[in-house]
Amino acid sequence: MKKYLQLSEVSIDFPIPKGLFRALDKVSLDIAQGEFVSLIGHSGCGKSTVLNIVAGLHQATEGGVLLEDREVNAPGPERAVVFQNHSLLPWLTAYENVELAVKQVFKGKKSKAEMREWIIHNLDLVQMTHALDKRPDEISGGMKQRVGIARALAMEPKVLLMDEPFGALDALTRAHLQDSLMEIHADLGNTVIMITHDVDEAVLLSDRIVMMTNGPAATIGEILHIDLERPRKRVELAGDARYNHFRQAVLSFLYERQRKVEDFGAQKKAHEHEHEAVAAPLKVSAAK
Amino acid sequence: MKSTPLSSISQPSGRTLPGLDLFMQLSRSLLLPVIGILLFLFIWFNGARMIHTSLGEFPGPVQVWEQTTNLVAEHQQEHQREQDFYARQEVRNAQTLAANPEAKVTIRPYTGKPTFLDQIVTSLVTVLSGFVLASLIAIPLGILIGLNESVYAAVNPLIQLFKPVSPLAWLPLVTMVVSAVYVSQDPAFSKSFLTSMFTVLLCCLWPTVINTAVGVANVSKDLLNVSQVLRLGVLTHVFKIIVPASLPLMFTGLRLSLGIAWMVLIAAEMLAQSPGLGKFVWDEFQNGSSNSLGRIMVAVLAIGLIGFMLDRSMLFLQRKVSWDKNAIMR
Repeated sequence: MKKYLQLSEVSIDFPIPKGLFRALDKVSLDIAQGEFVSLIGHSGCGKSTVLNIVAGLHQATEGGVLLEDREVNAPGPERAVVFQNHSLLPWLTAYENVELAVKQVFKGKKSKAEMREWIIHNLDLVQMTHALDKRPDEISGGMKQRVGIARALAMEPKVLLMDEPFGALDALTRAHLQDSLMEIHADLGNTVIMITHDVDEAVLLSDRIVMMTNGPAATIGEILHIDLERPRKRVELAGDARYNHFRQAVLSFLYERQRKVEDFGAQKKAHEHEHEAVAAPLKVSAAK
Repeated sequence: MKSTPLSSISQPSGRTLPGLDLFMQLSRSLLLPVIGILLFLFIWFNGARMIHTSLGEFPGPVQVWEQTTNLVAEHQQEHQREQDFYARQEVRNAQTLAANPEAKVTIRPYTGKPTFLDQIVTSLVTVLSGFVLASLIAIPLGILIGLNESVYAAVNPLIQLFKPVSPLAWLPLVTMVVSAVYVSQDPAFSKSFLTSMFTVLLCCLWPTVINTAVGVANVSKDLLNVSQVLRLGVLTHVFKIIVPASLPLMFTGLRLSLGIAWMVLIAAEMLAQSPGLGKFVWDEFQNGSSNSLGRIMVAVLAIGLIGFMLDRSMLFLQRKVSWDKNAIMR
């Protein structure tokens, strides 16, 4: 496997009143070009921290990140981020939000007409050309997230970083966006790192699922290769034995080996409901 | 307010409801304020008759109305006199030139007493100049403080120290400094104007500085991350992200500043005897005729009305500029 993006022994400490808090401990991961990797783990296990380090928004205390053999130490548009809560500028229209990114990345490289075409093209990829002149408060949550994805794609990033991109959406909208994302990934072959809480989403979209252990000093627990052929269809996969096997594997990691211990009462309860959780994975994603 | 479907279902005669709604709406926007004003006039009318001062009865609504018409009439007379004065000079100059084409002719400026309306204009010009100048300083300073915690730490004690200072404390210093520094053969502005303006400026800086800084410091982390990922330059960052995001608080500061500016100006004009509404009030007080209190009351009402209109115009400006049209602004 050709190494495109390398995380080598990444550790990070955050200062707290009592000293230093080790959030991540020796996270090592190699990602190939065009690969779709999901990070999954319980809340607070440092998934977002990993993503932020790759994005350059946080600096690793030890170890580092290499993208095409060059060290990452500051944020940049070649590692575009799709934020959980869309993070569109509320005073700009959908078009202008994407335009801000395009102007910044392609200044001097594209003519005005080319930029306009490129902006429309990217909004078209996420099926948002009907709302070019709408401001974020005039469109639904799913649409905002689509524009957020269009903005990230328009930067032509080497790596697309997605921080729970569909976490705040309802199940149906989420399914639509997952399908769109699969199509875009098939067309463009982006390298993607996505954080998710949703086991189905992870299995459906990913080439590999990286499962994180609980913090403090969280690290990679297990990596699961999802060698289901693409294109994947959610309805067909629902009855697929391998798909269910992968799902089972992730669930057992999350709820047996890395069960989140909140307190004694919650632990007891979790034990009682463990069986249920496996049987009803939708509930898991809803209860995050 | 719209009638809810529920009420139109529960009441078969729901057709009268829109009428009732309209009545409620009208009463809230028109009837109740009118009742409030009438009640105030009633109390004022009766209360004023009970207060006897050395200058006669305290002015009630009737006297105030009389004085308002008087002041307007005086303004018109004075204006007429001024025009006549210039017309006479021109006629005289024309005659002189006809007799002797070589003669040097001059137009002497009219030196009549400024009327009430003239004083209003003077005050408005002064307050707006001071306010605009203060805003030009305060907004960039606020942005700088909000962006940079070190600058904040350095400047904050000074802001806290100067914010509570009364304009009257500044006034003597400003007067002396203006007299000492502003020496020119052909002054573009009068010294009294500059004194009032700088006093206003010093007092109305702070609300804008503080509110802008708070607005800038509280721009959402997500938007800052977007800016970082895009590697926006400093200027783009400030103008595309920071300023729009902190606009609502900036305007809160500007409106507070303008309100303070107007109050400060009247006090400064009274104390410094510089032209304006404050001087008008003081002159009338010193004048001590039986009309004086009524005329002062007219000035009081005019000051209130102008302050109100200044605030409304800022609100209008905010509505024009702000991206968040749904925000409740009052």
